Amino acid sequence: MTQRLAIDVAVGDGLGPVGPAKRPIEGRSPWRLAFERLRHDRVAIASSVVIVIIALMAIFAPVVAHLVGHGPNDQYRTTGLSPEGIPVGPNLRFLLGTDELGRDVMVRVFYGARISLLVGVVASSLAVSVGVVIGLMAGYFGRVVDTVLTRLMDVNLSLPYLVFAIALISVVGPSLLISIVVIAFFSFASVGRIVRGQVLSIKEKEYVEAARSLGASDVRIMFVDILPNVLAPVIVYLTLLIPLSIVFEATLSFLGLGVVPPTPSWGGMLASSIDYYQVAWWYVVFPGLGLLVTTLSFNLLGDSVRDAFDPRYNRFFGTTE
Amino acid sequence: MARFLLRRVALGVVVLWVVATLVFVLYFVAPHDPARLIAGRQATAQTLADVKRRLGLDRPVLSQYGSYLWRLLHGNLGYSFVNQEPVTSIIKRDLPVTASVAFGGAILWLVIGVLSGVLAATRPRSIADRTTTALALFFYSMPTFLLGELLLLGLFFRLHLAGVDFFPGGGYVGITTSPVEWARHMILPWITIALVTAATYSRLTRGAMLDVLGEDYIRTARAKGLRERRVVYRHGLRSALTPVVTQFGIDLGTLLGGIIVTEDVFSLPGLGQQIVNSITRQDLPVIIGLVILASAFIVVANIAVDAVYAVLDPRVRLS
Amino acid sequence: MTVAAGTGRTTETGEPLLRAENVVKHFPLGSSSLFRRSRAVVHAVDDVTFDIRRGETLGLVGETGCGKSTLARCVARLFDLTSGRLVFDGHDISTLSRHQLRPYRRRIQMIFQDPYGSLNPRRRVGSIIGDPFAIHGIEEGGERKSKVQNLMELVGLNPEHYNRFPSEFSGGQRQRIGVARALALQPDLIVADEPVSALDVSIQAQVINLLAAVQSEFGLAYLFIAHDLSIVRHVSDRVAVMYLGKIVEIAGRHDLYTRPRHPYTKALQSAVPVPDPDLADKRRRIVLTGDVPSPIVPPRGCRFHPRCPKAQQRCSVEEPRLEPLAGDPPDHGVACHFPLADGEELPAGAVPPAGAFAPSAPSAPSDTLPAAP
Repeated sequence: MTQRLAIDVAVGDGLGPVGPAKRPIEGRSPWRLAFERLRHDRVAIASSVVIVIIALMAIFAPVVAHLVGHGPNDQYRTTGLSPEGIPVGPNLRFLLGTDELGRDVMVRVFYGARISLLVGVVASSLAVSVGVVIGLMAGYFGRVVDTVLTRLMDVNLSLPYLVFAIALISVVGPSLLISIVVIAFFSFASVGRIVRGQVLSIKEKEYVEAARSLGASDVRIMFVDILPNVLAPVIVYLTLLIPLSIVFEATLSFLGLGVVPPTPSWGGMLASSIDYYQVAWWYVVFPGLGLLVTTLSFNLLGDSVRDAFDPRYNRFFGTTE
Repeated sequence: MARFLLRRVALGVVVLWVVATLVFVLYFVAPHDPARLIAGRQATAQTLADVKRRLGLDRPVLSQYGSYLWRLLHGNLGYSFVNQEPVTSIIKRDLPVTASVAFGGAILWLVIGVLSGVLAATRPRSIADRTTTALALFFYSMPTFLLGELLLLGLFFRLHLAGVDFFPGGGYVGITTSPVEWARHMILPWITIALVTAATYSRLTRGAMLDVLGEDYIRTARAKGLRERRVVYRHGLRSALTPVVTQFGIDLGTLLGGIIVTEDVFSLPGLGQQIVNSITRQDLPVIIGLVILASAFIVVANIAVDAVYAVLDPRVRLS
Repeated sequence: MTVAAGTGRTTETGEPLLRAENVVKHFPLGSSSLFRRSRAVVHAVDDVTFDIRRGETLGLVGETGCGKSTLARCVARLFDLTSGRLVFDGHDISTLSRHQLRPYRRRIQMIFQDPYGSLNPRRRVGSIIGDPFAIHGIEEGGERKSKVQNLMELVGLNPEHYNRFPSEFSGGQRQRIGVARALALQPDLIVADEPVSALDVSIQAQVINLLAAVQSEFGLAYLFIAHDLSIVRHVSDRVAVMYLGKIVEIAGRHDLYTRPRHPYTKALQSAVPVPDPDLADKRRRIVLTGDVPSPIVPPRGCRFHPRCPKAQQRCSVEEPRLEPLAGDPPDHGVACHFPLADGEELPAGAVPPAGAFAPSAPSAPSDTLPAAP
């Protein structure tokens, strides 16, 4: 096809002369548009900043520990506990006070951020990945595959998640990895259902037919044509799933089913602090603040992301108008 | 309608069966030694052998499964390892506590959630609206147990120090013993359970109401001269309720989670605390029994929710 | 359309490029899972036979619901045939599996009706046009890009817009993108399903001219589907008229327009809008009563008989076969028991008048209505 045809291009096309442009023309993808909207959203910026700060807290926890000279598991029974053996409040030495074993609360809070962020992000990502694949398959292949997968998801969704998580973990024993797997296991089905719904409607679109008429394989259609069109709600769901996972992990740790002590985790700290709240308010407040601020930021960010992708969705009104 | 319910019940039975099987696989078949699990870590070889024989663990798996299901169907949930008490009687004993927490909490969360949502929806963009939305977001982000602890710290302890003894620091008093005391002990747990979930319902109701109130038929009702209150509640709320009902069905699992945690924080001797203790003590029959009970509850409650949904939305019945 | 009569029409062997024989496509209605007896069936395409020769354009017209889109998709093998044969360039492709069909996908391409739905909104135009190359593993990277840009130029798009998204183009431009995509692998046959129906009239002309130019350049054959007779007249060499899943008339375009044989064809022609208002006033519109009957339960005998002004007893019982009349050229086929003679007019106004013809009554009045004054 090396010949060039002299096609009579009518005026109405408005294409302009064909010639080398000064800069390659970049398309404005829907992603780009969403990102632009996000950039100008003050709430999104603020919550992102907070999340970054918390991430830095997690990453630089060892540095902070080194700076104050207290390790996360070091017990300072003389300086960290009062003569009666009660935790010491915030002072110059222990900026956020100590816990019942004389450990530095501040350092432990910083380390706790690691667990929360790690489990929250990894578990959510895992859940979303699995959910997307299952949703794609169920929606695209339909019939038997769909029925089987949907029933599985239905059953999964009707399990009381905490009760079952408790049962599961009590058998296999708690650990960081188990926490991640369990949380992901109880989260993927909602993603799967959402994706399946989207795929069902996209499947009927003409561009999918076009791809099939070109001879594209099923896998290619699913991942190249359908997937980019379901990603938007999936990403929104991911940002909202992260705080849920963080809370789930904290709850598991609270019940003693999360990370194993003495590894610091916010949930674990809050569990111990119940026995001491009357004498050590800092033991409740600071880990609690850590949790609250983290989840709040992710939730706010998630709301903004949802707005960015669907500007018609009026966050304030909760409607699409 | 009957056929619709029948299908739901059938599905529920299937789910229960799956749950029972999963639990069975988890505890009896999983690649660890169930006998050791049951006998405890310090068991001697003799005890292990005894346990094995007693539990029939030397029989083929399928026959164990069969007798397990058989016992379940007869309402026999086994006996606690700790004190040989039948699990069913444990349940009977602790259920009132959990039920008090659950129903009170659920009612409270529905009322607070829906009412605040309606409030916000009827006064869009007002101070009331903004505050409600902000509060909703705040509580939505809080883990239940954290709220419980903060309430203990703030409402119990601080007030106690100040001489106000209204809120107790935990514990349970039966309703038959003293209704007033019962209520007094339940307030903080109810608030704990309710506030976190109410936040979701508040946002949901608000969104749904706003959608509905913008509809033309609402405008017609107003134009006809109906009182605003009637418009909002009779017409608006009715349509807005369907997503709320749907969400409620989904939240039943959350309710159970909230109960477990709340009972722990407030030292309430209910089923939630029972399950947590059983795990520490590795009291398998109790764990199994409670897991199955929880699933049964969810299945039944879901059917009830579906029934309500069908009443509210006739389209569902006919599909 | 200035394709001369002799260009590419006859192949060396005389074999048509595509031959469809007795193609049937039925869609079962309702869930077939629990109840084996599939009750209702939509007879979308019912025993259709035609050929398309190399380089020619076969137009296919009919009302909405007559099955032309379904037939298009059967030809492009997007559907499996319920029965019948499809022979492409001598190869029987009727029952090939998806995998076996792959090589044929390069040679039969499709252009879709909806410029907004036929392009993936989340993919860049360059990637969409390059899809055929990617799928069949031809060309990589730079080579592919330059081919895509050539295609874009070919169809009248600015190749610099390679990285744009479909939402940044107008309807007409999007159809051009669709055409470029269809041309990528140099197919032999393009099935165009109402390619201009969704466009503004002024743009329609441009796209049609594009299709014509491309055809004469590359020797393509088209199956051109439309519901607008005037467009079909402009682009086609031969035209087939479809009604309720069957071809009722097929002829060279000149013949079809000057000597239509089937009453339905005649009625369709009278419905074509005429630009000159005076002429429009003067001509007589033939208005067929009733809607198109349901393809689930098509009328017995000739499917058109309930709406046909010339229908008689025989029409409700016996289905007419598609065959040429004595004296007509052999490629002019018509399926009618009482085809129109040269110059025969159907009465203007509502036809048939209510009660004039009762198809199910055993002794029905059998004469045609008097010709209009």
